[in-house]
Amino acid sequence: MTTTAQNLLFDLTLTDDQRMTRDTIARFAAAEIRPQARVGDTAATDFYQKTVDLGLTLMPIPEALGGAGVERSAVSNVLNAVDLAHGDLAMALGAISPLAFVNTVLDQGTQSQQEKYLPRFCAEEFVPATTALMEPRATFEPTQLTTTATRNDNGFVLNGVKTMVPLGLDAELVLVIAVLDGEGPAAFIIEDTPNGMQRTLESHMGLETVQLATLAFDKVQLGEDTLLGDSGFDLQRFIDLSRIGICALAVGCCQAVLDYVKEYCNERIAFGEPITNRQSVAFMIADIAIELESMRLMTWRGASLAEQGQDFHQQAYLAKVFCAEHAMKIGTDGVQLLGGHGFCCEHPVELWYRNLRAISFLEGVASA
Amino acid sequence: MINLELAAQHQETYDNLMQVAEHMMRPYSRKYDKEEHSYPREMEEVAKLLAGNRDSRAGQEKSDKAQDGAPQIKNGANLMAVTAYEALCWGDAGLMLAMPGRGLGNAAISAVGTPEQVAKYGSSYAAMCITEPGTGSDSANISTTAVADGDEWILNGEKIFVTDGERCDTLVVWATLDKSLGKAAIKSFIVEKGTPGCEVTRLEHKMGIRASDTAAISFTDCRIPKANILGTAAVATNAQERKKAFGGVMQTFDNTRPPVAAMAIGVGRAALDLTRQILQKEGVELDFDKKPGNVSAIEAELYKMEAEWHAARLLVRKAAWMADNKQPNSLEASMCKAKAGRTGNYIALRCVELCQSLGYSEHELLEIFARDSKILDIFEGTQQIQQLIVARRVLEKSSSELK
Repeated sequence: MTTTAQNLLFDLTLTDDQRMTRDTIARFAAAEIRPQARVGDTAATDFYQKTVDLGLTLMPIPEALGGAGVERSAVSNVLNAVDLAHGDLAMALGAISPLAFVNTVLDQGTQSQQEKYLPRFCAEEFVPATTALMEPRATFEPTQLTTTATRNDNGFVLNGVKTMVPLGLDAELVLVIAVLDGEGPAAFIIEDTPNGMQRTLESHMGLETVQLATLAFDKVQLGEDTLLGDSGFDLQRFIDLSRIGICALAVGCCQAVLDYVKEYCNERIAFGEPITNRQSVAFMIADIAIELESMRLMTWRGASLAEQGQDFHQQAYLAKVFCAEHAMKIGTDGVQLLGGHGFCCEHPVELWYRNLRAISFLEGVASA
Repeated sequence: MINLELAAQHQETYDNLMQVAEHMMRPYSRKYDKEEHSYPREMEEVAKLLAGNRDSRAGQEKSDKAQDGAPQIKNGANLMAVTAYEALCWGDAGLMLAMPGRGLGNAAISAVGTPEQVAKYGSSYAAMCITEPGTGSDSANISTTAVADGDEWILNGEKIFVTDGERCDTLVVWATLDKSLGKAAIKSFIVEKGTPGCEVTRLEHKMGIRASDTAAISFTDCRIPKANILGTAAVATNAQERKKAFGGVMQTFDNTRPPVAAMAIGVGRAALDLTRQILQKEGVELDFDKKPGNVSAIEAELYKMEAEWHAARLLVRKAAWMADNKQPNSLEASMCKAKAGRTGNYIALRCVELCQSLGYSEHELLEIFARDSKILDIFEGTQQIQQLIVARRVLEKSSSELK
């Protein structure tokens, strides 16, 4: 990401490239994601392979490593995540998990690590890769990790448990965030499944199609070169970029809710007229529109600050606080507006409700 | 290219006005809250300064050059207005409204006045008379009448909630030419103060913005020149024309709602800043680090308010930016007014509560902010009217479908 000293104007106009990409991704989300949102894991493999054509991971990788070498843009990443999540939040999360891995390696990895791990993301095959930050505690705090690494003669020994890891069962590359004994936060690139690492598929109230897994590490021996970067891991930056990405997913899903309730409630007749002729219904939808627009602008702001190389920690934090609260409110109102029908799986609003519940505590995934 | 920070010039203006607000307005907040209706002469200095600022800067920045047919982006008068209103209301909402020399009527005159009207009244101190005792949000229902009589119009009726009603020189008055013809017959008229038949009958005692005078004004066979009508005297005859005529009147709100929303943002910021200052002395500090669930309730609430405040401000700036760039912004203007109005009020009230006795006491200004903030969710369209407008736009409903 570049630091820019030019005097920018306040501007909400997408670039031509961003506009064209949006069209492509919106079409993909409508055709390939939305219809499969309930199909679950049987369709997943096929789906992820199709995402390769979108070039999500190919784009930011330097040409020397086989990529397109397009300057990484947090704003573009946000726009993409929004449109993918408009199809389905869980599948979008899965689709961009490899990008979160790639972005973090580009951001904080050494040259030799980039050369070693990134070229494979430029090929025609989907590479399941992911990031693992969360730990299974009710009071989990991303800056207070209990997964630890200690140095030994062969490199590092990793102990601890990570949870809610997207694509966690199949990922061939996992970036695990831990505390390096006496040295602070550190990230390790784990390839395949070394001895002492156990992957368990977990069932949750939502996000089923992304195959969230718990990864347990019991005295896992890691090589010297698995430690990401050579000058410590900027955990706060990683958390902040991931918060922006998670907000983007929430925006996309909430947009889906708004689009759906608008159409449904305008057609639903009660007491002889569309229920949207009543203020109690219409005002709920107005508020969804207002808060959704707020969520979008908060997310864009965090992303644009990050992209400009400015301090974006506080705005990323506030965007997450804002989206955490309002995404769930929009999710529950979405079901409410359809009444009993909203509670039935015939309509997608109950799926969105279940998926949106995770936004407020998801951390360390979807890095923008 | 997406960027949600202010351009350097606007940021500089904001910083300067925050200084003005702190040093030239805040010191008088308590005084003019106590001395309701007394003229805040200290604001003349501020008004002079602002006028100078307006003249020395066009307030307009444009993107360097249009790239490949992309429209040139402007950060102009509307973004400047919301920036200025926010800063000045951080100082004091009542004093800002009482700033001599410019009223809501000026916006109407400059928007729809003929060159002659603008020349004659454009720089006068003009107030706006819309609301009547029996007509608030349903402004199409006003019953003040204007009847043509030779070279004159004769106005009859009663107006209330006229901001600057006593101090102004000029009034812009909404009146109907024929109530049976509905919205299309509503026109606005310029009335000079002192015209026989035009009388300030009362000043309201209010919960907040006490520095601002709010007058009731009666018109009894008040005769004004024929030339003082704003816009055409013709009454549209078909439905489409009628809609267009009143729509034109209502459209001025698209430009005035974002600045009023910005006022709510300013008051909310004032309350938050003071609350954080008070709480800091008692050891509560924000580091934007831990998740809201893992910090004290008071800290979590401050994070929530900060988030809501920033969100509301972005909506305000978006609506203003759209106006600067000639994009239709009715929806966004109402969205920002709804969000900012309720957020400013929520924050100010909550801040008093968080500071407990200190917040409630007149030793601090927090309780003024809490009183002032309420009106900002009411005037220039109540919360409910904004929701109605947003709902109609989002759901593509007419006013007869969604009442």
